[in-house]
Amino acid sequence: MIHQTLPGRIFSFVNGLLITLFCISVLFPFVSLLITSFSTAASASLGGFDLDFSKMSFANYSTMLRSQYIWSGYLNTIFRTVVGTVLSVLLTSLGAYCLSKPFFPHRTFWMGFVVFTMFFSGGLIPTYLVMCEIGMKNSIWSMILPCLISTYNLVIMRNFFQQIPAAIEESGRIDGAGNLRILFSLIYPISTPVLATIALWVAVSHWNAWFDCLVYIRDADKFVLQVVLRRIVLQGSTQMIEMGVTPDDVMSNPDGLKAAAIFVATLPILCIYPFAQKYFVKGIIVGSLKG
Amino acid sequence: MNFSTNIKKVWLSSGINLCNNEFVKNSERMIPLKNERTAVVSAQPKKSGQQYRKNGIVRFFEPYKKNYDIFLLFVPVLLWYLIFCYLPMYGIVIAFQDFKLADGILGSQWIGFENFKKLFRSPSFLRVFRNSVEISLLRIIFGFPLPILLALMLNEVRNKAFKKVSQTISYLPHFLSWVVLAGVFTQILSPSTGIVNRLLNAIGIESIYFMGDPQWFRFTLIATGIWQSVGWGSIIYIAAITSIDSQMYEAAVIDGANRFQQIIKITLPSIAPVITIQLILTSGSIINAGFDQIFNMYNDSVMKVSDIIDTFVYRKGLAEMQFSFSTAVGLFKNVISFAMVIITNAISKRVNDNGIW
Repeated sequence: MIHQTLPGRIFSFVNGLLITLFCISVLFPFVSLLITSFSTAASASLGGFDLDFSKMSFANYSTMLRSQYIWSGYLNTIFRTVVGTVLSVLLTSLGAYCLSKPFFPHRTFWMGFVVFTMFFSGGLIPTYLVMCEIGMKNSIWSMILPCLISTYNLVIMRNFFQQIPAAIEESGRIDGAGNLRILFSLIYPISTPVLATIALWVAVSHWNAWFDCLVYIRDADKFVLQVVLRRIVLQGSTQMIEMGVTPDDVMSNPDGLKAAAIFVATLPILCIYPFAQKYFVKGIIVGSLKG
Repeated sequence: MNFSTNIKKVWLSSGINLCNNEFVKNSERMIPLKNERTAVVSAQPKKSGQQYRKNGIVRFFEPYKKNYDIFLLFVPVLLWYLIFCYLPMYGIVIAFQDFKLADGILGSQWIGFENFKKLFRSPSFLRVFRNSVEISLLRIIFGFPLPILLALMLNEVRNKAFKKVSQTISYLPHFLSWVVLAGVFTQILSPSTGIVNRLLNAIGIESIYFMGDPQWFRFTLIATGIWQSVGWGSIIYIAAITSIDSQMYEAAVIDGANRFQQIIKITLPSIAPVITIQLILTSGSIINAGFDQIFNMYNDSVMKVSDIIDTFVYRKGLAEMQFSFSTAVGLFKNVISFAMVIITNAISKRVNDNGIW
């Protein structure tokens, strides 16, 4: 491919151009929003989409960061992401380990029991009623417990565990290790790739989750970041921002404030994403293999 | 003669038995492997014959007794599934009841298929159902070919760094929630201050109410949906393309095929099975029109073109507290999507000899 013909070169050029255009179209909304987030009330009213750095202001960000709900939202989101991911990986791997053992009693039946939930569920209202019944309403655990296991992840993990040579486990049994010991000291260290991928998946879905919080949580100080953001950006609620800020301040440049809110909430993902992205890609390729 | 052979037989058989027993004992004591333990269990009835006389229930629980330790580990998982998956499934019965919170599931009155009759007679449900199917059909028609196209284009890129960067950029929207993305789009598509409409104004086009005009809203939905998922969707095709044997391309080059011909004659046919299975899987979820996106982007003015089953269930159930009715709607949807999964799996088995399960 080093000696390219002229049509080949044109082909490459057009192709590269189209891909570049596509990438610009992906980044464009974020860039334009970033500029808006630095705008002042005056520059926003002028409709300035200009990169005048002298007019840049952090006023929107400082207003946003003074909102107590942004902070409580951050804390709640971090809590549910960390605790939820750890518990989720533990429980999912436990189930996957058990179901990967050929001597597990009635394994086919229990596998079916688990997989059936992938294709059929109670639906929104019955789930909601059950959650109310077990006292999950308005509790932060209502955002962690129901998503502890994702059956899809469990199946992927089980398939991975099944490929681990039995000899490794046998050596552990000879040394007198029990099931839990084998799982923690032998299976976990070999399975770091799949565990890391699934932990990342779970963590991102926790970070981005909003619907469970919207449905189960009543108190505003228990809202996760996404719901606070939803209130501010989509429902235009000023109640979430007010904190030593007069409504006039908020109303003078609502677009700038909303844009700042979006970036405040999204920054962690944008920072981690370039480094974590390859694990996600690995995961989707592992997952697409039939198990 | 007779006597001696008999003795020999007895001696032989007892000796073998002895050996067997010792072997079994040894294996139980020294290498307490699970696999062998089950092997021992299955071998035991042959020896004693006693197990045959045990009744069915005891024999059913035999494996649990033998492997109670592993099942004990499974109990938390089992409980989780019972509480968070199977209990709600039991809750579906309220679709056939006139459910009142105060009476509970057991106390509420049974009304049979009343809710479903109401459902099929309700014009709003028919509209919602049609919207769901139409929106996901539009998504498939316009959204399905694009990841394939992107994968083909990315595959033609020779510069590794450029390819990597553009792939990373294209996956980005997949990692942001629809709350964030809907926020981004309401801002940049705003008719007064949004950058898109300002650019349109600059070239002399009047502002378009992308989010408020029923004629434009579906376009907005589909376009932003594609924008969000095209990069991520291309991963699987890129993986499929990488596994194509490069000798085929070399042979084609020798035969004088240009790059466009290579794509048409080699790359596309090679990834055709992947395309088929993806298409089948996508059509399996035709009843899911994308709740997260629509719920965050729709508003009253575009309700009639964008209200889908899931948003309908949410509003009827949680906002208007019509528990039984919305459970019936949800069940209807669940049954359809379950049937679609089974149908698509059967088709994919026939087409590819390779189902989902």
